[in-house]
Amino acid sequence: MSLDKLDQRAEAEPGAGERHRQDAPATPPPALSPRELGRWAWRQLTSMRIALILLFLLALAAVPGSVVPQESVDPNRASQWQSQHPDLTPIYQKLGLFHVYQSVWFSAIYILLMISLVGCILPRTRVYWQGLRARPPRAPRHLERLPEHRSFLTDEAPDSVLTRARALLRRRRFRSVADDGAVAAERGKLREAGNLVFHVSVLLVLAGVAIGSMLGFKGGVIVVTGHGFSNSLSQYDDFTSGSLFNPDNLAPFSFKVTDFHVKFIRSGRDAGEAHKFSAGIAYQASPTAPTRHTRISVNHPLSIDGTDVYLISHGYAPHITVRDGQGHVAYSGPVVFLPENPTFRSFGVVKVPDAVAADGKREQLGLEGEFYPTYAFTMRTGPFSVFPDAKNPAISMLAYRGDLGLDSGVPQSVYTLDTKHMRPIRKADGRPERVDLMLGQSRKLPDGLGTVTFDGLSRFVKLQVSSSPADWLALLGVSLALLGLLGSLFIRPRRVWVKVRREGGRTLVEVAGLDRSAGGDLAGELDALATGLGAGSDDTAAATAGASAPEVEDRA
Amino acid sequence: MSHDQFEVLSNQAVAACAVVYFLALLTHLAQWAVERKVPATEAAAGVPERVGSGAGSGVAAGVGSGANAPVATASAPPASYDDSGDVEERADRFGRIGVALTIVAVAVHFVAVVARGLAADPVRVPWGNMYEFTLTGTFVVAAGYLLLYRKFSLSWLAPVVTGFVLVTLMADVLLLYSPVSPLRDALQSPWLIIHVVAAIIATGAFTIGGMASVLYLVKERWLAKGGAQRGGHGYLARLPGLAALDRVAYRTQAFAFPVWTFAALIAGPIWAKHAWGSYWGWDPKEVWAFITWVVYAAYLHARATAGWRGRAAAIVALVGLATLWFNFIGINFFFGSGSMHSYA
Repeated sequence: MSLDKLDQRAEAEPGAGERHRQDAPATPPPALSPRELGRWAWRQLTSMRIALILLFLLALAAVPGSVVPQESVDPNRASQWQSQHPDLTPIYQKLGLFHVYQSVWFSAIYILLMISLVGCILPRTRVYWQGLRARPPRAPRHLERLPEHRSFLTDEAPDSVLTRARALLRRRRFRSVADDGAVAAERGKLREAGNLVFHVSVLLVLAGVAIGSMLGFKGGVIVVTGHGFSNSLSQYDDFTSGSLFNPDNLAPFSFKVTDFHVKFIRSGRDAGEAHKFSAGIAYQASPTAPTRHTRISVNHPLSIDGTDVYLISHGYAPHITVRDGQGHVAYSGPVVFLPENPTFRSFGVVKVPDAVAADGKREQLGLEGEFYPTYAFTMRTGPFSVFPDAKNPAISMLAYRGDLGLDSGVPQSVYTLDTKHMRPIRKADGRPERVDLMLGQSRKLPDGLGTVTFDGLSRFVKLQVSSSPADWLALLGVSLALLGLLGSLFIRPRRVWVKVRREGGRTLVEVAGLDRSAGGDLAGELDALATGLGAGSDDTAAATAGASAPEVEDRA
Repeated sequence: MSHDQFEVLSNQAVAACAVVYFLALLTHLAQWAVERKVPATEAAAGVPERVGSGAGSGVAAGVGSGANAPVATASAPPASYDDSGDVEERADRFGRIGVALTIVAVAVHFVAVVARGLAADPVRVPWGNMYEFTLTGTFVVAAGYLLLYRKFSLSWLAPVVTGFVLVTLMADVLLLYSPVSPLRDALQSPWLIIHVVAAIIATGAFTIGGMASVLYLVKERWLAKGGAQRGGHGYLARLPGLAALDRVAYRTQAFAFPVWTFAALIAGPIWAKHAWGSYWGWDPKEVWAFITWVVYAAYLHARATAGWRGRAAAIVALVGLATLWFNFIGINFFFGSGSMHSYA
């Protein structure tokens, strides 16, 4: 897989490096022994044509991942999509369309591409290594047959012309050797090196990504302001890690979210957009370390011993107190309500496992409903939130009684209420009891079940805690790739020859060059070189260039 | 000047530069119309020479003259040969006026971009939303064309560039316009400048390269249909040879590719790591940036492979350009809320 021109290399470096760069012969495989078949397959795989096809396939295979919601990218959207498309979901699941970038077919394409790449760069590296130590090739017998050449007569001695030619060429960063009556010079071998570095770096990036995903982890945690977090597995709401990750290696830090600031844009097109939000963090790198204070915000994560803490999003945690029928506080504290839309209408649940009704019967209570930071109501829309800031906070929840299912041993989410074994608490008229409370209000539940109070409001932050240890390797790889790419695109390999011979008492100097990549100004370089060697300084000199070369031969 | 006044200035500058681009387009169309009166070789003779001496002259001149030579023999001399000098001069004058107008338009365009940034409170870089990206992207296309005008003798590209910039600017104002607003939190990072500048420059260069690739395909088809024999008075006859078109396409795209690599695969991930906590998240915008990268990588490889260079490579380049523009515009309309890049 080369970025430079096939034909321009063909003359100089035949052999192993060339084989895979030519298109593989189109002959069908005859009856072959397994070994021959393997060799044929290898040759096919490492051919440029296959590499190109694999590149297109890779591009094509990446498309579905942008169309179908990916479980690894946005699990909520993916599950939403799945519930909206019950017919397609099983088919898509079989095809791996919810995990495109981890799917077998996507992996197959890039693994084949990487094999093709290795099959391409190994022989080329060998050829390059051999060529690196080789001297610049000898001057062709007839320099005037090269497309670009100059010749002129001078009175200077041949040897001194050659010495000066070598000095001039060295200044122009050519490597030169002296031959009998000629100088052969070469420049730009780094182009191929850049090419090789680029391709090796692609492997390096892949290695970095693979190692990072094996050793790294990513966890999400919601912390209400004023509350803390310590870095152990049990504290996370969600946690994914690589196959080689060891939970014992979690850095032993802990922190407390001291406060949270957010400004919402109040007018204009972007009204309601959160603006400048940040969280105050007091953290300890280890239980014995001193406490430090910092603020984190988007674009400004906190890094503790290689683990990064990011502020991802935020929301509200109304303080809800539930007193049971006996008047005892059965539940009290901030309840995290997850935002559902840009106005921060949020959904949350309260689970009260230890409530005793007025009649002394134990019955578990559950609340499920919404929080509106700036509550408003119309008959047409029902309750809604006008603005994301907490200007007129209210909750509106349905109350349930029965079995929360907490004792069944099946783990359940703290953000949903399992109402399978619960029934709505009904008012005397039989309609479900709706607990609608403005901040500071209380409400009595029917049947002496207790009271619910909305007695405060905090905010919570959603934090991502993650570590991907081989990031530096991927970054190094991609930076090297860029460097190699620049070399392979912009270094121009060039060969130049200078020949001298005595011609009727004077010295005939011939200069010629050959570019091995398109786009360089070879003519300009040869002109400058010829001028530097004395062309045109003497009016009797027969300065000739390009196609007028035959004149020189006449003279001879 | 207040922020609001800068916003008005920016809007007026956009309108003004669009008018000037339109005048430049008209002038260039007039130039090509006038030149129809003389066979292509006379006008073109001066051009390929300049192109050829720049680089790899052997091939370029060979193909260039190969394409144009039949014209000279096939077309009869113009009725009054004296006229052709006059016509040539008039066409030249139109060409010069067109370029001068484009320079004015680009200057006004620049004012529009800068004023847009000054209009925000606090002052910021003018890359906060689609309207501003497009405004800057078209500026890069037009300015890049002017910068390369002499190096590659791009007079043949003039009507395409002015037409493209004009149409894109109009679409930008009509469909994408949004009032000035402060940068969102996610965009408040020095990486905005690094990432977006690189992405816009790469987009502009890919676009110019794509124009050359389109013209390559059109001219190739025209040549294959025997256009050169039928008489070469028109625009297509005056286009440089296939090799020269291919070289302009290659050199702009070879320049854009590393810039794109930097923008999409280095600066983007570093910024994503800072802002979102993960350097690569397969967000739709990232997916398509990757697709664009892969397709242009294929273009560079195709160009070096027998059986793919020329026509096939040009098609690959245009597929790459299509994915790039789809990523820029399409993603927001089709995936809007699903992309973390919804502002871009």
